[in-house]
Amino acid sequence: MEESFENNRTIENKGLQFPWLIKMAWRDSRRNRSRLFLFVSSVILGIAALVAIYSLSNNLRQEIDKQAASLIGADLEITSNKPVSPALKGLIDSLGDRRSEERRFASMVYFPKGGGTRLIQVRALQGEFPYYGDLETNPVVVARTFRNEQQALVDQTLMMQFNATVGDSIKVGNVTFRIAGILISAPGQTGFSASVAPVVYIPLKFLKQTGLEQKGSNIGYRFYYKYDRPINIRQLTAGIEPRLEKEGLNYDTVESQKEDTARSFSDVTRFLSLVGFIALLLGCIGVASAIHIYVREKINSIAVLRCLGAKASQSFLIYLIQIVGIGLVGSVIGAALGSVIQQFLPVVLKDFLPIKIANNISWTAIGTGVLLGLIISILFALLPLVSIRNVSPLNTLRLSLQSTNLFKDPIKWLVYLLIVLFIFIFSSFQLKNWKQSVSFTIGVIVAFLILAGIASLLMWLVRRFFPSSWSYLWRQGLANLYRPNNQTSILIVSIGLGTAFICILFFIQTILLNRVTLSAGGNQPNIVLFDIQTSQKQDLLELAQKQGLPLNQTVPIVNMRLEAVNNITASTLQKDSSIKIQRWIFGREYRVTFRDTLSSSEKITKGKWIGKAGNPSEPVYVSLEERFANRNQIEVGDSMIFNVQGTVMPVVVGSLRQVDWNRVQTNFLVLFPTGVLEDAPQFHVLMTRVSSAAVSARFQQAVVKQFPNVSIIDLSLVLSILDQILSKIGFVIRFMAGFSIITGLVVLIASVVISKYQRMQESVLLRTLGANRRQILAITALEYFFLGAFAAFTGILLALAAGWGLAHYTFDTTFTPQLLPILVVFILICLLTVIIGLMNSRVVLIKSPLEILRQEV
Amino acid sequence: METILSLEGVSKMYQSAGNTLTVLDHISFSVDAGSTLAIVGPSGSGKTTLLGLCAGLDRSSSGSIYLHNIRLDELSEDRRAQVRNLYVGFIFQNFQLLPTLTALENVMVPLELRGEKNIRLRAVDLLNKVGLADRGHHYPAQLSGGEQQRVSLARAFSNKPQILFADEPTGNLDAETSEKIVKLIFDLNKEAGTTLILVTHDHELASKTGRIIRLKGGKMVSDEQTIAAQVE
Repeated sequence: MEESFENNRTIENKGLQFPWLIKMAWRDSRRNRSRLFLFVSSVILGIAALVAIYSLSNNLRQEIDKQAASLIGADLEITSNKPVSPALKGLIDSLGDRRSEERRFASMVYFPKGGGTRLIQVRALQGEFPYYGDLETNPVVVARTFRNEQQALVDQTLMMQFNATVGDSIKVGNVTFRIAGILISAPGQTGFSASVAPVVYIPLKFLKQTGLEQKGSNIGYRFYYKYDRPINIRQLTAGIEPRLEKEGLNYDTVESQKEDTARSFSDVTRFLSLVGFIALLLGCIGVASAIHIYVREKINSIAVLRCLGAKASQSFLIYLIQIVGIGLVGSVIGAALGSVIQQFLPVVLKDFLPIKIANNISWTAIGTGVLLGLIISILFALLPLVSIRNVSPLNTLRLSLQSTNLFKDPIKWLVYLLIVLFIFIFSSFQLKNWKQSVSFTIGVIVAFLILAGIASLLMWLVRRFFPSSWSYLWRQGLANLYRPNNQTSILIVSIGLGTAFICILFFIQTILLNRVTLSAGGNQPNIVLFDIQTSQKQDLLELAQKQGLPLNQTVPIVNMRLEAVNNITASTLQKDSSIKIQRWIFGREYRVTFRDTLSSSEKITKGKWIGKAGNPSEPVYVSLEERFANRNQIEVGDSMIFNVQGTVMPVVVGSLRQVDWNRVQTNFLVLFPTGVLEDAPQFHVLMTRVSSAAVSARFQQAVVKQFPNVSIIDLSLVLSILDQILSKIGFVIRFMAGFSIITGLVVLIASVVISKYQRMQESVLLRTLGANRRQILAITALEYFFLGAFAAFTGILLALAAGWGLAHYTFDTTFTPQLLPILVVFILICLLTVIIGLMNSRVVLIKSPLEILRQEV
Repeated sequence: METILSLEGVSKMYQSAGNTLTVLDHISFSVDAGSTLAIVGPSGSGKTTLLGLCAGLDRSSSGSIYLHNIRLDELSEDRRAQVRNLYVGFIFQNFQLLPTLTALENVMVPLELRGEKNIRLRAVDLLNKVGLADRGHHYPAQLSGGEQQRVSLARAFSNKPQILFADEPTGNLDAETSEKIVKLIFDLNKEAGTTLILVTHDHELASKTGRIIRLKGGKMVSDEQTIAAQVE
C-alpha cells in the first residue's frame, strides 16, 4: 500500500512551495500586523541604542586616526618628572629636526586688575610646538607670537571667571605677564581637563624669573620633536627606550597616542555598548514572550492548515517568514532611530572627548544593527515557533490530549543552546573578556531559572493553599494564576527580568556616582595649600593664624617611585604575564607621608601599625591601603623597594589599612613611620577652613603675594566643578540607561497587552454570565497585581544580589542600596502591570459580549 | 464496488495519570467508494476519535487503516498531510475557517497547497455553488454561522476529494440553516461522486446516509443499512 503512495510521490510532493509560504505569511499577518509590530517594538529601542553607540565608536575611531597627530602635536614627545640628567641631555638635544621644550606645573596666578587668585596649570613653552594641530587662540596670531615677549595665553574659562580681557596682566610667581590672547584649546585637551586645571601658557625663557622652579616642586618636563624627513619612529623609539626607561622617562608617539586614546575610549564605548546590549536582551525577552502567546493563539489555524495538507515545516515556515519580515522592519526602524540619536551623542559626550567627532552616518553600524535585530528576532522567536511543528491536526476536532513534552523535543534544546551561545558570544564581543562574559551569561541563565522557579512555586503555593473561604473575586483572581492558559510563567519571567535589569542599571549608576561624591559639609577643611617648602612652613602657619584660620592638618609629603615588590620589578612583570601585579604600580609617582599615629579616617585591618622606625639595621615597616594591596596581591610581611629621589629604600609591609577616601583630608596609599623620611626632599600640605568667599580671597591673595610657589586648592570651587562633571557623567549614564529602562517598559507593556488575548474570552464569558464591570475589573486587577508584585519582588531581589556582586567584585566598593527608590520601582512596576492589565479589559467592558465573541472567531 | 476506506481491528488508547484509557476498541469495517455513512453514538463513545483516525488526523494504537489503498498508520504526519490534501475533504462543527483569510482565500488554500495554478476561477465557482459568490472578500468574522459553514463546504470540495469527513456539520447551526446545509452537502456529494462519512448526534441527518455505524463505549455495537441505501 505504501508503495502505491510512493509511486505517486513525484506528482504529490511539491516541495515547500516557497512563494505560497510567503503569500500565506502575508495573508495571515494582515489582521495581526499591529500586534506583530508590538512584538518587535522592544527590539527597536535595543537596536537603536546599539546602532547609536556603534556609530559613535566608529566615528571616534576614524577621527582618532585622522586627528592622532594633533592630539600629541609632534612626532615624538618625551616626558619626565625630574630634570633630565646630564647623561641623557645629549640624547634629548640630538633628537628631531625641530624641537620644543615645555615645563608643566600647578601654580597660583594672580589677576592684578580684579585681585583674583586661582590654582592653574602653567605651561612654559619654547619652540614652535605644536607641529600638528594648533593652539587655538583668540586672536589667532598670538598662538605663535606670544612666546617672543613677556606675554601669556590664558584659558578662556579663567578669563571669564576673572572678567579679564586681552591686554590685562596676570602674575605668575614673581613675573607679571601681559595677556596676549585667550587660549581656546590646546592639543589633546578635553573640556573637563580645562575646567579642573585651566592652562596658562608663558614663554619658557621667563620661567626662572618667576621663582617657581624650586627644588622639590612638582614640575613635568616635556620635549617635543618634529621630523621633516621621513623616519621610522617605531625603530627610533625602540632604540632609545632602554635608556629612557632607566632614567624614568616616558615617551609618546603619534602611534602610541592613537592606541592610548582608542583604548581609553573603547572603555567608554564598551560600557555604553553593554547598556545597549541589556536594552537588546530586554527586547529579546519581549520577542520571546510575545511570540509565545502569538503562537498559542495560532494553534487552531495551524491545525486547520495541517488538516488541509500543509506539512509541519510549511506551517512553521509561514510564521517564521512573518517574524523575519517584521524583525527586518523593526531592525531597520531601530537602526534609523539609532542614527538619529547618534547625531546627539557627540553633543552629550563632547566634554569628555579630546577631539571633534563628525556626525557621519555609519553604514557599518547600521548594517550590524539590522543584522543583529534580525538574528535576535529569529532566535528568540524560534523557541515558541518550533512548537508549531508539533501542532497536531487533531486540534481541529478537539484539543490534543497528548501535548508535546519539552524534554522530548531536541530542537528546543538546540534553540536554548543557540540562545545561550548568542548571549555569550555577543557579551564577549562587548566586554572583550571571556571570564566576564561567562559570568554575565550564567547570571542571565540563573536569573531566568530563578524567575521560572518562582513562577512554578507561586502556582503550586496558590493551588496548595488556596483560600477557599475568600470572596469569589479574590478566588477567581488567584485561580487565574494556575488555571489552564495562565500567563504566570511568561509574565513573571519577562517582567521579573525587566525589573532586574532596570534595577541593576540603577544600582550601577548609584555605585558609580557615590564613588566620586565627596562629603564637603560640616567643619571639614575647604582650603588646601600644597607645595609648601620646609623653609616656608613656619611663616605660612603664622600667616594663617594671623588671619584667624583654624589649622586642621599639616602633612609632609615625599615623592617616590616603587622599584620592586618581593623582588618583582617592572621588567620581570613585562616578561611574566602570570604575575598578578598591575603594571601601573611601577610607573607612577607615590606621594607618601610619614607620621607616628593613624588619622581618624584610617583603620588597621591586617598586621600591626608601627609608628616609629627602630634601629637603622631593622626593617622599616610601612602600612598600605588595603584595596591597593589586595589588587596587587601584596600581603603583610612582603618586601618592597622604593626609590626616594635617587635613594633606594627597602621596606616591609607591616600592616594594611582601610581608608575613608570620601573624607576631605590628605589620604595615602603608602604610610611610612616617623624616623625614616624626615631628611628626604619634601613639601608640605596644609589644610584649613575659611568661613566665606571673602575670607578665602583675602587669604589666597596674601599667600600668593608672600609665597608665590605655594598652590592653593579652593575645595568649594573644586566641588562645584566636580559637581558639574558628575552631573554630566550622570547624564550620560542616565541617557544610555534610559534606553534599557524604556525598553523594559515597552517589554512590560507588550507582555501585558499581548496577554489580553488570553483572558479576553474568559472575561466575555463572565460578562455573559452576568458579571458586572466592577467584578471583571477586580478579577483582572488582582491577577495582574499578583503577577506584577511577584515578578517585581523577585526581579528586585535578583538585582540586589547582582548589585552586591558588582559592587564587591567589580567596583571594589561597599553596596548600600537605598530602600526608597527600590520601593518606588516595586510600586511602579505593580501599578503599571495592573493599569495595562485593566486597560486590556476595557475592550471587554465597552463592547457587547457577542461582538467580541464574533471577532474572536 | 471499490473500497475507499477499510479498518481492521483499530484501537486507540491514551495514557492518563498512569492509567490506560481505551477510547476505541477493535473497530473493523470498510466503506465503498461513493457511498454515504453516518457514525452515531452517545457523547464519549469515540465517534470523533474514529473520524480523526479514518481521516489520518491521528494514528491508531493498534490495527490498520487503509484510505484509498494507502495504509495510514504507517505514514509519517507529513505524508498523511499529503494524503489528506490529495484525497480528503473536511467539514467541522465549528467550521474551522482560517480567520485571517477571506472566504475566497479559504477555499483556495487546499488547491494552493497542491501547487495548482489558475485556481481563483474554480474557487469562485465553488463559492457560487454554495451561494456566496458575492461574499468572497469577506473575512470569517464578517459572515454568519451558516455562511461560514457554506464556505467550509466549498473548501471541502475544492480539491475534488475522494472522501469527505464531516464532524457534526450542523451542530452549531439553527434548524433552518441546518436543513439548507445538509441539502447542500448531499447535493454536492452526489454531484462530485464523493464518499461521505459523517459523525452526528442527529438521527434525522444520520438516516439520510446509506449506512449507520453505532458506537458505544468505544465499541462498534451495530452496522446497518438505511432506507436511503436503497436509493443510493
